[in-house]
Amino acid sequence: MLHTVNKSPFETTTLQSCLAHVSKGDAVLLIEDGVLGALKGTVVSGDIWSKRVDVEFYVLGPDASARGLTKERMIDGIGLIDYGGFVDLAAKHKRSQAWL
Amino acid sequence: MTVSTEPEKPGAKPAERKKKKFLYVNRKAPYGTIYALETLEVVLIGAAFDQDVSLAFLDDGVFQLAKGQDTKGIGMKNFSNTYRALGDFGVTKFYVEKESLQARGLTIDDLQSITYEDEKDGFKEKPSILPVNRAELTKLMSEQDVVLTF
Repeated sequence: MLHTVNKSPFETTTLQSCLAHVSKGDAVLLIEDGVLGALKGTVVSGDIWSKRVDVEFYVLGPDASARGLTKERMIDGIGLIDYGGFVDLAAKHKRSQAWL
Repeated sequence: MTVSTEPEKPGAKPAERKKKKFLYVNRKAPYGTIYALETLEVVLIGAAFDQDVSLAFLDDGVFQLAKGQDTKGIGMKNFSNTYRALGDFGVTKFYVEKESLQARGLTIDDLQSITYEDEKDGFKEKPSILPVNRAELTKLMSEQDVVLTF
């Protein structure tokens, strides 16, 4: 399953809810305001860190760049992908679930 | 919202009217929603009326001032430079809440530098961004005539 999250984790509980419902082998892609969840050293970064063994995390690069987020500012191990990478992820996983 | 206690004289000329304190409160990250851009539009309109305008950035609003925004990849207008132009319209007070920065792993150095030329002090260049803590911001809000939150 590919999960996409498009809300800021500082404003809604969308990311937390997504993370509470992921299975081993799933992928979580942060898009739009959701990319803010990829920042290191925040009040929510521990939630992603604790799931990193079972779940692959990705950030949509164009959305991160728009908000001034660079790779160095992100939690280690998060994959930075472009729109083509988004398509690849959607094709690789049987289903996708958009957390809004 | 506190309303000014001094009633305006009927027929008062604009110059005799008391300037009101306006605070625009920014709570949303840019680009994901339209709030940040629309607030800028409202601030620019408000600035034309020669009032005492301040901006506050708290919660995800602090991301509006983030350094190095590059929107080429998402096909949206990068409006982050507009904040630097507000000084020319007399908007020179950008209060940024320290607690909001900290919760997001940010420091003041992660924000773009915004300055204005102080015409009352020999056009000296001064910083527009003023870091404040939550208690200071609370006090600031209570001192306003009009508070608009987005």
